[in-house]
Amino acid sequence: MIKDLLIILISSSLVSNVVLSQFLGLCPFLGVSKKTNTAAGMGTAVIFVITLASAVAGVIYKFILVPFDLTYLQTIVFILVIAALVQFVEMFLKKFMKALYQALGVYLPLITTNCAVLGVALTNVQKNYGILAGIVNGFATAVGFTISIVILAGIREKMEYNDIPESFRGMPIVLVTAGLMAIAFCGFSGLL
Amino acid sequence: MKQNSVSERLVNGLIKENPTFVLMLGMCPTLAVTTSAINGMGMGLTTMVVLALSNMFISLLRKVIPDKVRIPAFIVIIASFVTVVELLLKAYIPFLYDALGLYIPLIVVNCIILGRAEAYASKNGVIPSLFDGIGMGLGFTLALTIIGAVRELLGAGEVFGYAVMPESYVPCSIFVLAPGAFFVLAVLTAIQNKVKLAGERKGKDMSKIGSGCNSDCMNCSEAGCSKRFYDENAKAEEPEETKEETVIEKEEEKND
Repeated sequence: MIKDLLIILISSSLVSNVVLSQFLGLCPFLGVSKKTNTAAGMGTAVIFVITLASAVAGVIYKFILVPFDLTYLQTIVFILVIAALVQFVEMFLKKFMKALYQALGVYLPLITTNCAVLGVALTNVQKNYGILAGIVNGFATAVGFTISIVILAGIREKMEYNDIPESFRGMPIVLVTAGLMAIAFCGFSGLL
Repeated sequence: MKQNSVSERLVNGLIKENPTFVLMLGMCPTLAVTTSAINGMGMGLTTMVVLALSNMFISLLRKVIPDKVRIPAFIVIIASFVTVVELLLKAYIPFLYDALGLYIPLIVVNCIILGRAEAYASKNGVIPSLFDGIGMGLGFTLALTIIGAVRELLGAGEVFGYAVMPESYVPCSIFVLAPGAFFVLAVLTAIQNKVKLAGERKGKDMSKIGSGCNSDCMNCSEAGCSKRFYDENAKAEEPEETKEETVIEKEEEKND
């Protein structure tokens, strides 16, 4: 049991990294990676939301969709649940946890229809993970996202001082960097 | 060409506002499924069907849906069509269903679809909206097929499964793997940058050319996406406040 969870943890965070090998959550990955601070903030918010969302989606799937034979509605249900959940989390934090809200608040709205959140919920169903395994998978995926976005932000901070050809400035050079990172992450595939 | 006519909409989607090459929307599926030309084409056509149907439906319902909850309403409509298309693919084109996998349900969060619903279908008639969806979908299909073909050509020496490169060509398999997607897109955006810079030097209006999710995800939200979900309320509240303020100011003036 523990061994299975550990394998999920490693494979979702490093081997099949959510951004670099599955291309989910590219928007925040490319968009919010200018500074390491904001990248880390975004990463924390993503860990928070994805873990919570995979727990809620797992519970709904197991106790509502499966017993009533409504599994074909999963896409619709998950997207609505996630959107509502993020909004609810935002209101909850605003009211009861001021400090955490100030740290994560700006990033939360950006995550709602982030494909990574929906992607994790659907992967959990596809791979037949139970609720606990689903939560671990969600957490690991989000950790993988955080690792890669922080690394990218670190590289981009250094890149500010480099002389880049005019037409490669901005997005293209970031994509080249991401490609090189993806090659590096291919190295993890020997891990399992 | 007449504005909003059928042919104008098709040309607009295919060339003038091509969702991938010009607007740079929906990058996740663009990168993920273009490992071969046939996969890219399948994804493009699937998206086109969803886009055309959801555009048509949203346009039909545009006067019924209340303004404040329109984004959730659009999402439900889009998600329903995605589910329908997913089930159809599973039943009739299983090889494509297996190849695209997770990315079929993820069409729901594709910026292009919500973007067109918000920018076009919710403001225009049914027929133009339908053809806007078809035009945009064809543009997306074209782009994905081209990217897929380039990756397949470099990575496996084939296009649509037919060997086109001479036998002496050693396939550079990194192009069908994940890193290749980033490199292909990097070159694409570099070309786009070049065109944009050249156009700006000549003094042409190049503001239409998007830059992907350049500055932050808000950029996506100009065409839909996440942030709108929240901003609507803020926007709806703002004018009222300003109204109140002006009323107060007026009253103050009167008192003076």
